[in-house]
Amino acid sequence: MYKIILATRYLLKRRITYFAVLAVALSVFIVLVVMTVMAGLVNEFKEKNHRFAGDCVVGTESLVGFAYYEDFVKLAEQQDFVEAVSPAIKSFALKRRRGSEQDDITEIMGIDPVRHSQATGFGNTLYFHNDDVSRTFEIANDANLVGCVLGDFMLLQDSNSRNYSATSLPRIPYSISCFPLTARGALARAGTDMVNTKTFYFSDQSTTDLPRIDGSLVYLPFEQAQQLCGMAGSNKRASRLHIRFKPDVKIQAGCEKVQSLWQKFRQDKAGEKQAYSLDTVTVQSWKQYRRSSIAPLENEQTEMSVMFGFVGITTVFIVLVVFYMIISHKSKDIGILKSIGASNIDIIELFSGYAFLVGIIGSGLGLLAGWIFLLKINPIEGWLFRHFGFQLWDRTIYAIGDIPNKVEFKILATIVVSAIIACLVGALIPSVQAARQKPVETLQVGQL
Amino acid sequence: MSKNDFILKAEGLHKSYRMGTNEVRVLKGVNLNVRKGEFVAIIGASGSGKSTLLHILGALDKPTRGVVRFEKRDLSRIGSGELNRFRNKMVGFVFQFYHLLDELSVLENVFLPAMTSRSIAGWLVCRRQAKNRAKELLAQLGLAERAKHKPYQLSGGERQRVAIGRALMNEPKLLLADEPTGNLDSATGNGILEVLEKLNRAGQTIVMVTHDERIARKAERIVTLVDGKIEHKNSGSL
Repeated sequence: MYKIILATRYLLKRRITYFAVLAVALSVFIVLVVMTVMAGLVNEFKEKNHRFAGDCVVGTESLVGFAYYEDFVKLAEQQDFVEAVSPAIKSFALKRRRGSEQDDITEIMGIDPVRHSQATGFGNTLYFHNDDVSRTFEIANDANLVGCVLGDFMLLQDSNSRNYSATSLPRIPYSISCFPLTARGALARAGTDMVNTKTFYFSDQSTTDLPRIDGSLVYLPFEQAQQLCGMAGSNKRASRLHIRFKPDVKIQAGCEKVQSLWQKFRQDKAGEKQAYSLDTVTVQSWKQYRRSSIAPLENEQTEMSVMFGFVGITTVFIVLVVFYMIISHKSKDIGILKSIGASNIDIIELFSGYAFLVGIIGSGLGLLAGWIFLLKINPIEGWLFRHFGFQLWDRTIYAIGDIPNKVEFKILATIVVSAIIACLVGALIPSVQAARQKPVETLQVGQL
Repeated sequence: MSKNDFILKAEGLHKSYRMGTNEVRVLKGVNLNVRKGEFVAIIGASGSGKSTLLHILGALDKPTRGVVRFEKRDLSRIGSGELNRFRNKMVGFVFQFYHLLDELSVLENVFLPAMTSRSIAGWLVCRRQAKNRAKELLAQLGLAERAKHKPYQLSGGERQRVAIGRALMNEPKLLLADEPTGNLDSATGNGILEVLEKLNRAGQTIVMVTHDERIARKAERIVTLVDGKIEHKNSGSL
């Protein structure tokens, strides 16, 4: 009991302790703010990728796609864990805006907008047709024209405008050229007319907030893309199938079920004419499918965590120095306590308790300050932008809305526990040295 | 009580310190017996090792050689946990510079030894009893009104009386006082000595170290430390 009383009194009476508390609070504040923002950005980025890909993707990176996809779509749609399936064509093409002399390499994605919106978050990324995705590729007043959807960054590059008014949607024609390929990967056409070209008109823009997607992807109607890529015909092919699971199905479990379904499907199709096209098809969760985009950001998060781990180490040293100073002033107390029967362990416990209090109070203050700061981080950034033109991220370049400020319990708990451990580690060596002090040395007249 | 009923026996105590390359021999074979209820004063010149001897007798320090027996138990043969209990229950120390904890009140300083030996649960069970005992001691020492004060708010004499109260808290069998009046003026010092005499009359065994013969005369027996060894004399012979 006396250890609790003394530790509390030391904390309140020794002003130098306030520096240790302040150091812990500051470290906790910095780590909390940075980790929360970073984790928020990473989670937001993952969620955007999740919305883009759906829960599971069955597909191939090969430009020729794979056959019998319709049969698998039917099979998948019969499964009780599957909510929706959307086949898609993916390829590369040359895009030229009419009036321009320049061809740009672009990615094309052929989709059925209704099915794709059911399987992914596509519908919500549209600017004009998010309330009626079935009209995504329609061009007003002319049913003969076929629309295309451009990523908003692509639109910005093309027209220096990221948004158009729905009432005055310009009719911008784009010619899209593809090299149609056979199921074996050869050019479908020989001679001079090797390229399929078709004109599409700007019908909507998509904002996934994934810069690479929004800057390079053109969505086309599924059948049109299929024809352009040479995947139409008697044995139609698709590049991939986006699958959404029922809400209660876990991604991993759902993907495993799709995997076994696919294995069975492949076996059933083994004798078919284009069964070889199924060899390159993989079943991936959305995370695996988008890992090339997610992994660098996760790495950055890890690096950031390591960097801020050093803040923790700095805290350990600050606490160590402060405790050395405190304990050197308290050697008389140690002698007194030992003279009335306190053991070495008691002395270590006393100063560890003291360090624990420093850790608890420091991290409490740091958490409170960090929480308030995070709560106000967006208004603060807004104020800085209005008065000084300062923005943490230039919103014309980065696809970031508000700065993420939702504190995760896991991060919070990790920071608090780490801060307390840092204090205990910092106080350990001085405490052990204090415990080893001989009472006669500390109580001698010369020591006073 | 038998004449040979010794509470404390020190036999052939040696203590030396290493100072650089030199070895300083402070005690050179000290023999000392203390009977139950006795008031012994150890006197000697400054730096003669009086305090070192007292610390060894109270198990605050270990002799380089020799044996200290407390109620026939060899202190060198008991473990550190037992030694801590020994310091907590069997002996009470009173130091020249009081050595009170500034963060605690007078009352808390007095019942600190009772808290030290108990767990939180143990303390919660007996805290009322311990506080009452501490208050009683403070009342006996004339400090009832000072219970809530902090040590730095007291005079030197008052602080020393608080230190005596703390030393007596666990009703130790042996009270060791190291120059208890050394930091006090003559009148205040006499007051402290009166307290010690009163305690001794009530049966408390006391070993007191002092450099002042006048103070030593208050003791029942005076032991003089000369050249690291003890000369036994009666108080009347001084």
